[in-house]
Amino acid sequence: MKLIFEKSVPGRSTAYLPEPPQISLDFPLRGKPLRLPELSENQVDRHYTELAGETRGVNGGFYPLGSCTMKYNPAVLETAANQPGFTDVHPLQPDESVQGCLEVMRLAEQYLCEITGMDAMTLQPAAGAHGEFTGLLLIKAWHRSRGDTARTKIIVPDSAHGTNPASAAMAGFEVLNIPSDSRGYVDLEALRSAVGPDTAGLMLTNPNTVGLFDPNISEITKIVHEAGGLNYYDGANLNAIMGIVRPGDMGFDVVHINLHKTFATPHGGGGPGSGPSGCKAFLKEFLPGIRIREEDGMLHRTENENRIGDVRSFGSNFLVVVKALAYLMFIGREGVAETASNAVLNANYMMNRLKDLYPMAYDATCMHEFVITLEQMKHETGVSALDVAKALMDYGMHPPTMYFPLIVHEALMVEPTETETMETLDEAVTVFRKVMEEAKADPEHMHERPAATRVRRPDEVKAARKPVVRYDFGA
Amino acid sequence: MSTYVPNTKAEQQRMLESCGFQSFDEMYACIPEELRLKKPLQLPEGKTEMEVTQAAKAAARKNRVYATVFRGAGAYRHYIPSIVKEVTGKEEFRTAYTPYQAEISQGVLQSIFEFQTDICELTGMAAANASVYDGATAAAEACEMCREKTRKKVLVSATVDPKILSVVRTYSFGRDAEVTVVPEKDGVTDPDALKQLTDGETACLLLQQPNRYGCIEDADAAADIMHEAKAKLIMSCNPIALAVMKTPGETGADIAVGEGQPLGLPLSFGGPYLGFMAADEKMMRKLPGRIVGETTDINGNRCYVLTLQAREQHIRREKAGSNICSNEALCALTAAVYLAAMGPENLIRAALACHANAAALKAKLTESGLKPVHDRPFFHEFVMQAADEAQAERILSALDRADILGGLPLGDGKTLWCATEMNTPEEIERAAAVVKEVLQA
Repeated sequence: MKLIFEKSVPGRSTAYLPEPPQISLDFPLRGKPLRLPELSENQVDRHYTELAGETRGVNGGFYPLGSCTMKYNPAVLETAANQPGFTDVHPLQPDESVQGCLEVMRLAEQYLCEITGMDAMTLQPAAGAHGEFTGLLLIKAWHRSRGDTARTKIIVPDSAHGTNPASAAMAGFEVLNIPSDSRGYVDLEALRSAVGPDTAGLMLTNPNTVGLFDPNISEITKIVHEAGGLNYYDGANLNAIMGIVRPGDMGFDVVHINLHKTFATPHGGGGPGSGPSGCKAFLKEFLPGIRIREEDGMLHRTENENRIGDVRSFGSNFLVVVKALAYLMFIGREGVAETASNAVLNANYMMNRLKDLYPMAYDATCMHEFVITLEQMKHETGVSALDVAKALMDYGMHPPTMYFPLIVHEALMVEPTETETMETLDEAVTVFRKVMEEAKADPEHMHERPAATRVRRPDEVKAARKPVVRYDFGA
Repeated sequence: MSTYVPNTKAEQQRMLESCGFQSFDEMYACIPEELRLKKPLQLPEGKTEMEVTQAAKAAARKNRVYATVFRGAGAYRHYIPSIVKEVTGKEEFRTAYTPYQAEISQGVLQSIFEFQTDICELTGMAAANASVYDGATAAAEACEMCREKTRKKVLVSATVDPKILSVVRTYSFGRDAEVTVVPEKDGVTDPDALKQLTDGETACLLLQQPNRYGCIEDADAAADIMHEAKAKLIMSCNPIALAVMKTPGETGADIAVGEGQPLGLPLSFGGPYLGFMAADEKMMRKLPGRIVGETTDINGNRCYVLTLQAREQHIRREKAGSNICSNEALCALTAAVYLAAMGPENLIRAALACHANAAALKAKLTESGLKPVHDRPFFHEFVMQAADEAQAERILSALDRADILGGLPLGDGKTLWCATEMNTPEEIERAAAVVKEVLQA
């Protein structure tokens, strides 16, 4: 495919704006020409239609990307967010002129608090990792407010998402990694010996990243609390348990939620997301962003005096919040648990239909996702998890997540989500089984996969060694 | 009422049984009974799609969309060509994940590569990333990029938008590092104070161009002061202004960042927006977040991949420079489509019209009796002084009644005004007339 800059012809332009009035400029001007593309609108349109054709979205087919919750993004969410009364509102308008926005934010906070069992929520964080950073700063601010400066360590299981240790480091904590036990759960003994007067808190995903619900969760959070630390819930896997059990009831003090996973807002090829940060009442005073107060029948924006400081400009990725709220309004009270139950059911159904052929990392009822390990196959035939993932593309399927979690070797993590039909799961199982047969029949050919895509395996080493990260206009 | 679960109750039962469960309850047996929710969530019952749409419309109607807007301060109302929404509404772009699997993600990868090129062209820098959350987080990440073991001191000019300063402070609170504010003088960074505060421990200066008052900073002088001390200059820029203004690259800045919202994104009550970041060759490998690079596939065909991933959290974990994972990819695509449609000609028109309209507004408001606070070059924002705070409030109320969102009150009777290409001469006349009426009452 040609780059848009390669289609550019000097002087080609569409009249979007009138000729500006003549005026002399009294500030330093750019010397270099502005080499933006010059195309007709028709060309622009076709260029992006071409790019869209080489982009795989959830709309195009099964997308069992583990840990990413690629569920269907309902069309009505776009309708809800595209109201001019939302899109054309300036974030610094007077309170009385944005009552609808504040109502949306208040309702979203209220619903999300109820689902997570938290007392307060800020919608300011723009993504999951951003929510983690925010939540960890709440923990830091709380310890500091009590004069406890010795709590410098955050405990993170070795199965955690990479964002967990990275967020802890950004929040100024030392990261203490603890091992998981042979069943994929937190090793209680390791946790007991890890906690102490330097423990600021523990970060945990539950269900964890191997797709299992840790049954010792109450004991885990108790150990941390008794050592004086706080418990942080990474909401990455909330889709498995919402409406069934709440982080707040498991002993967690702080959570973040990924609206772009659990609450069906689209991922946009990598964003925008929204990562609201929730907490128990005793941490509320540190929350950043807009706090909403009702007075005389009007909603007002305020700020917490003791807030940790803003984590971005303005109150939220507002349109994403609108979408999540619309989703919640549609599924309602019973729909929350029904959604979770079917996410778990779909995963178990697929796992059960594959486990005779694909070794599972753990032999247990999974939650919303399951982890395959191809370690033995790699050892015996040389066929890796990567090879299998790439071969699935030849059948039009988006591959599962590869090589995560790090504690499982040659891992493939499959998350079907609740919005897939039984037929889709059956077809996917057929493809998975076929690929395994192909791998056994001709292991060598697997390294060449995918074979049917326009672009084949890219040379990633070359890309990193001499990075070319922009178009070269030449002389 | 309903969910987006497609499987019928009968199918669900069959599936449960195929897994060896009699019920959902049994499936969830691994969750200790005492932890499970005993009562229904305190949420309303589900609604039909029609009712959800009606509720969204009703909430949106409670907001006011002003016919005329003269307020900016970090969020700007610009003209967005119709093609932008058409293109970015395509479901493939909207519903894709981060392009980890290059073979089936060339479209989104190429769009990011083109966005990176656009940002390099606008800023005059060597390399750009695929976006961060917004302009403020871009600035905060840039400051963290500059900190070194022996150089931890981050300087931020007092003329940087206070919202950005707040975020820089929050990120610094995280790293237990200091932020020093460089005082302002006559609406711009005080050069003498800057010299005094810069020393061997200074990591960088964050300078905003144009600054929070709309004034143009002497960025060349700031670059000299920083580089003499072997410190870095970060410039936070308005991307529309960059169409005509001396670029960070030409100024010798080490990092350029900014809020990309003016590039085709609606105001949306503050988000989603778009943080852009670009750096010179030396700083490229310190950029946070995704970067798309060009390479070839096994057949030798040109293609694109996520590259330099060894910087990122999923590889480096606690040693990563940033924790960013999800970014604002669809907003970056929006900016790229906007720039492709506008081309250099329309973007320069937008920039010139912003400046011309702001100059006209400033002149008219001065004629009406308000006093300009700074006598300096500006781009599309400027500060005007009323007699006192009460008078400034009366002006904004009167404008409000005329369906005009006036400038942003800064306190002490000062108001920050903004004009863009969207403001017509008639709107400017009308606003000036309303102000005059209040001042003469």
